[in-house]
Amino acid sequence: MPDSTNKPQRPGQERFVAPLDETPLAAIDNVDIERAPESQWKEAWKRMRRSPMFWSSVTILAFLAVVIAFPQLFTSADPRYAQLSDSLEPAREGHPFGFTKQGADVWARTVYGARASVAVGLLTTIIFVVVGVVTGAVAAYYGKFADTVISRTSDIFFSIPLLLGCIVVVSVINNTWPDRGFWGSVLVIVLALSLFAWPQITRQMRAAVLEVKNLEFVDAARAIGASGRANLVRHIVPNAIGPVIVTATISLGVFIVSEATLSFLGLGLPSNVMSWGNDIAAAEVQIRSGENLRVLMVPSVALAVTVLGFILLGEAVREALDPKARKK
Amino acid sequence: MNAASAGQTPLLEIRDLDVAFRDEKKKPVPAVRGASLTVYEGQTVAIVGESGSGKSTTAHAVIGLLPGTGHVTGGQILFEGKDIADARKQDIVALRGSSIGLVPQDPMSNLNPLWKVGHQIKEALVANGVATGKAADARVVELLEEAGLPDAERRAQQFPHEFSGGMRQRALIAMGLAARPKLLIADEPTSALDVTVQKQILDHLDHLTDELGVAVLLITHDLGLAAERADHLVVMYKGQIVESGPALEILQDPHHPYTQRLVASAPSLASQRLSSVEHRVEVREAALEHAEEIAQEVADSSAAFGQGRDDIIEVKGLTKVFTLPGKGPFNKTDFVAVDDLSFSLRRGTTTAIVGESGSGKSTVARMVLGLLEPTSGTVTFDGVDVAGIRGKADRLRLRRQMQPVFQNPYASLDPLFTIYRSIEEPLRVHSIGTEKEREAKVRDLLDKVSLPTSVMRRFPHELSGGQRQRVAIARALALEPEVVICDEAVSALDVLVQAQILTLLNDLQAELGLSYLFITHDLAVVRQIADDVLVMQNGRLVEAASVDQVFSSPEQEYTRALLEAIPGGSIPLGVVEAGDVLPEVTLDD
Repeated sequence: MPDSTNKPQRPGQERFVAPLDETPLAAIDNVDIERAPESQWKEAWKRMRRSPMFWSSVTILAFLAVVIAFPQLFTSADPRYAQLSDSLEPAREGHPFGFTKQGADVWARTVYGARASVAVGLLTTIIFVVVGVVTGAVAAYYGKFADTVISRTSDIFFSIPLLLGCIVVVSVINNTWPDRGFWGSVLVIVLALSLFAWPQITRQMRAAVLEVKNLEFVDAARAIGASGRANLVRHIVPNAIGPVIVTATISLGVFIVSEATLSFLGLGLPSNVMSWGNDIAAAEVQIRSGENLRVLMVPSVALAVTVLGFILLGEAVREALDPKARKK
Repeated sequence: MNAASAGQTPLLEIRDLDVAFRDEKKKPVPAVRGASLTVYEGQTVAIVGESGSGKSTTAHAVIGLLPGTGHVTGGQILFEGKDIADARKQDIVALRGSSIGLVPQDPMSNLNPLWKVGHQIKEALVANGVATGKAADARVVELLEEAGLPDAERRAQQFPHEFSGGMRQRALIAMGLAARPKLLIADEPTSALDVTVQKQILDHLDHLTDELGVAVLLITHDLGLAAERADHLVVMYKGQIVESGPALEILQDPHHPYTQRLVASAPSLASQRLSSVEHRVEVREAALEHAEEIAQEVADSSAAFGQGRDDIIEVKGLTKVFTLPGKGPFNKTDFVAVDDLSFSLRRGTTTAIVGESGSGKSTVARMVLGLLEPTSGTVTFDGVDVAGIRGKADRLRLRRQMQPVFQNPYASLDPLFTIYRSIEEPLRVHSIGTEKEREAKVRDLLDKVSLPTSVMRRFPHELSGGQRQRVAIARALALEPEVVICDEAVSALDVLVQAQILTLLNDLQAELGLSYLFITHDLAVVRQIADDVLVMQNGRLVEAASVDQVFSSPEQEYTRALLEAIPGGSIPLGVVEAGDVLPEVTLDD
């Protein structure tokens, strides 16, 4: 205890008491009831509403939805009608981007091809998220044997490159189930992609759940008497799902590209199904001649814009949900 | 801290300092307003305040290390007569280390885990041009020795993770003093450490700065600690200085109502001792009366669990052994977290378990709650062995009678649940009442913990720490338990809020006849809430006695060390004049 009483007061260190009217006492710890109550989601939505990225993506995706639902609004040409005499003909009235090598309308094929491409992307994402979330949450929450089995299995699938795995699976199925129609073909691609993609979400979910399950509110819920499963569903998963939503939206674009790549290799959707991937594959030869590049460009740009739409959405969601961005 | 001659020029003079941060819309938000303070050579000046009072911001402005968008908007910072508030960046960089040293707050995160400790101190020497090469290496060892690290030569070659918290803080002090600065800014240098370690570090820091004649600007939330260590005290509240002057004078005769409130609430200070002991006796009498009624009810009813015993919780030979991975790939080592612990909790009273980090006190709480299975030993709740409870119905019944309140009010509520859902959840899990009845119950509970019902639709992140802890208490009380287990329930709160929560817990105990098992590292708080104290060290029970006995005549060396380490505990206050005989209060009834 320093003895400060005997010392002469030094300049600048005199006893000072602030006048009370300048430093009024606030009630200790009073509740701020001025601000309207808001949930985390509402707050995220408020932040998202201000983001130009979000509105750009909404515009793109809304337009895409209309194209998929009513393709006939955007073109009067029949995408399946082809005349060899029209092969690689330039644009003319009613056919704004000319014709493919087979003599079909480029624009019409692109408009009608949206359905298959987006179907693959969306369905794969849904399966991929459901499987990943369930396996990841179970592995992290129950631990021990379940964790070992799920983690090692996911490691095995994770070590196989996505496209390479799909090439093998799809070519095997092609031999046993050659004519499978539109939805059959989409289904095979979706399952093949999900089969090799799920470990990504599993890992992410497992890490997030491991973190959340040690928080005190989980213990508090256990002490209340809530069962393990109720705890997992009510408290843990909702708090751990944030990063998964983001990965999912970004992956959606990746899956559409993968379908295009598989179709390009002749392993995706059969050539009688219209998809951007198929059209890009068929138009690939134009690169060599360097002529009539529009046949290649139209489906490619459609694909790129769609992927951009989903990636922007993912990015906007990620920013809005980032806890660091949340105001105190 | 030798008395320097009066009228000497100040080392550091802050005049009317304004600091502001920019918010998302680039609008300035003031953090410090019109702060003035003066530090002389060789003197210790402390800035005291709660979190958010602007104390750290003021200190960081001095060395130009304001975080994020912070910037000085007005006033002067004179260091040795030169204004450094608007100085060029390289001028401030030149001052850092060589003229002004910093000991940061958290020793756990302020050392780079990838570099050897010695190397990091050497960096400070080289950067300030004090020494290079071999000479610097030798100096590092000297500095570490000076900072009180034994075996300094070997320690310099170790990595931060091989150091304990106290050792890391010593290394950081060595780093801060490496270039022999004239001013050392210590920002909460010990708040992450155990009290006994805190005392050692502060003693050593005092000694060092005395010897070297270094002035210290000490930032702390602990009024007792500040008064014990500093000559001059500056109290900050909401970005403004509300009172400043000689430490002892402020403590004994606070003028500003905020300072008065702070002095009255600081658990370590003497004024608190008397009133809290008296208040405690009243609380206990009321609580025991209610508890007796409850015991009678329990004994009569067949639905409730237990037999209405006096000792509501009995713990016998409780042991917990954790298995940790050993050195080889397949061998394991045992770690005894709790070693053969026995105690009992009397109905309507509070038993406190006190210990430093690693003493096993929280493990005990989790085992008593049945969240963790004991390796051996029994926990008996009102005559029923907790481990022997099978079946959902019995388990739920136990839960109804025993509820926890956890340490961290920021983590103990689900961030996605509204306050209403959080408090209602236990009622729903136990299928109590209809929707309407549950809502009425939640309103009633909020009223009990003095929160307005308007918080019902809010989310945890909109509430302050103290308010969240009230919500956690309301949730614990929803099932009308007989025992509440408070695991460091007030440790994360500011002093004033802590005092409020302790008062609330006392009031609830008197009103409802609750029994508390109160786990804490802070012996000072115990006086305000507990009747019996268990002191734990390394998993073992060191001392068990009534609060009165522990504070007046501790039997064990370790308990004495803990008591001595309470900062400011020995400072005489205006309320209790030196030579006054403290009124005798008997705690046994």
